[in-house]
Amino acid sequence: MRLGMLCSRIRVEEKLLITELNRRGVCYERIDDGEIVFDLAQRELPFDVVLERSISFGRSLYTLQVLEARGVRCINRAAVVATCGDKLRTTEALLRAGVATPRTLLAFTPEAAIEAIETLGYPAVLKPVVGSWGRMVTRVNDRDAAEAVLEQLDVLGSWQQHVYYIQEHIAKPGRDIRAFVVGDEPICAIYRYSDHWITNTARGARAENCSIEGAVGDLALRAAQAVGGGILAVDLLETHDGRLLVNEVNHTMEFRNSIDTTGVNIPARIIDYVLNQEPRTQNLEPGFSQSVAPITLSVA
Amino acid sequence: MNCPECEATITLSPDLLDGEIIQCPDCGVELEVLSTEPLALALAPAIEEDWGE
Repeated sequence: MRLGMLCSRIRVEEKLLITELNRRGVCYERIDDGEIVFDLAQRELPFDVVLERSISFGRSLYTLQVLEARGVRCINRAAVVATCGDKLRTTEALLRAGVATPRTLLAFTPEAAIEAIETLGYPAVLKPVVGSWGRMVTRVNDRDAAEAVLEQLDVLGSWQQHVYYIQEHIAKPGRDIRAFVVGDEPICAIYRYSDHWITNTARGARAENCSIEGAVGDLALRAAQAVGGGILAVDLLETHDGRLLVNEVNHTMEFRNSIDTTGVNIPARIIDYVLNQEPRTQNLEPGFSQSVAPITLSVA
Repeated sequence: MNCPECEATITLSPDLLDGEIIQCPDCGVELEVLSTEPLALALAPAIEEDWGE
């Protein structure tokens, strides 16, 4: 197997994966997404399998398309990255699969967005369709706040920030859940506790072990399958009446705070999965021919 | 090796990798290992809009 690892900066996670590969004596080539130049006239690339660990949604999305068009098996697939990296696509995939997720509305002008927010009621949550680590996720508690945020996005934001992705606010019990799914197996989960309503560990949340058995594992696996499967981190919310909802699915999961917390050797499980992949696929046409079903927009 | 931001002395791991992100123990700034041979550190690039997981 000619193995590649697509990387940007080498974070703790990438170093753990590299250490695991070295420990097993597995040869691989690092693909630096800041240095690589693809000659698109060249229809072959010297890889069978590539593990994507780029920190950049854009760079990974385009690199994976180039690789898959040349028959390289990518983990995760370009279609999965495209779905997970765009909240609209994620929500559509979850809804199509019947996976419980917060009620979500979509609008394209501040006026329509206000109408959507007030359909859901305050507080409501605004999110950028592309964004991670809780960045620019906003809870609007009243109309004054909603109007201020929407005006700022309208005036200062890029075209993508004029896509207003609006969700019902879920009153969490001071925590959420992150479940790790590798292939067909939910392998472990953590609670992320925070006094702040945004509970990303990137924003300082504290991790504790959470049982992956039962409803948590079942829902995480269904969510992972809904977006196309692979190596995924599924973020779950607990409602006040005991339901579990899928908040989002992450395609290049960070897990440094979860290994000791869960007792699961996450990098080893990832490398197990990668090395068990069938090398090479048929050359794929660009445009995500292995994508999930086409997007259909729901009307509120 | 000294931190390029605050010039504190940084003790580096022997298994450092090119592109690795480390943190200055003194000022806390993120540093990128530009190369291990010869050893070169620089302030890590600022986070971009599409970065994440």
